[in-house]
Amino acid sequence: MASNKKTTTLSQQKYQELAKKNEPKRPVVANCIRAFIVGGFICIIGQGLMMFFEKVFGFTKETASNPTVAVLILISVILTSMGVYDKIAQWSGAGTAVPVTGFANSMCSAAIEHRSEGLVLGTASNMFKLAGSVIVFGVVTAFLVGIFTLIFGGGAH
Amino acid sequence: MQFLWAFLIGGAICVIGQLMMDLGKLTPAHTMTTLVVAGAILDGFGLYDPLVRFAGAGASVPITSFGNALVHGAIKELQSSGWIGVITGIFKVTSAGISSAIIFSFLAALFVRPKG
Repeated sequence: MASNKKTTTLSQQKYQELAKKNEPKRPVVANCIRAFIVGGFICIIGQGLMMFFEKVFGFTKETASNPTVAVLILISVILTSMGVYDKIAQWSGAGTAVPVTGFANSMCSAAIEHRSEGLVLGTASNMFKLAGSVIVFGVVTAFLVGIFTLIFGGGAH
Repeated sequence: MQFLWAFLIGGAICVIGQLMMDLGKLTPAHTMTTLVVAGAILDGFGLYDPLVRFAGAGASVPITSFGNALVHGAIKELQSSGWIGVITGIFKVTSAGISSAIIFSFLAALFVRPKG
């Protein structure tokens, strides 16, 4: 927006100052508290599931996170289908977006929303609209980290 | 005790995300992407595993663990089958998350109508 600033007239600048002053302040602290509570609560559910899979099905500490993530995603998809997840998300902000349930929510809501355009062109091709960026950047970073490990030798692994 | 640490660490990671959105004015997509990249880099330095051992689901449920799992797969496969492992191993560990998200979302789209 730097080029925009040069061409503004005085009254436009005044307007922008006024708009900035009257912009509703983001309740940062309240948002953070909500995100903390909801995000932490989802992790507690995850912890419970993990212990359940370790005790009942004999998963190890490392492999127990696989079924845990799958169950959390299933719960998230069910809640999204019922329209509940988005209501919680509005209240909790990052608390529902950052856990893996938010990843599933973004895929599921895109899949349902674009269903009317068909299963192939709608659901399937729009599913990764938001989740795609996470996967692309994650994979590229993982590749680079792998290359570094290959060249400089694995550190802590 | 494990539940308390899961709550505190998991909540703290969500607060970091909230601060990135509120103070950094990032979109949720940018926030998630940054967190995944951060998780991958942390694992590259061997720092994410200790966090998972300490906080359990508090570290493995947030999206940062997705980056961690991608790097884990790549490096594990790199050690067991050589340089090609960097390519072939990336999705080995994350398959549970991505596959189940695809399958469940697709099934949901078959049966659920969008809510206004």
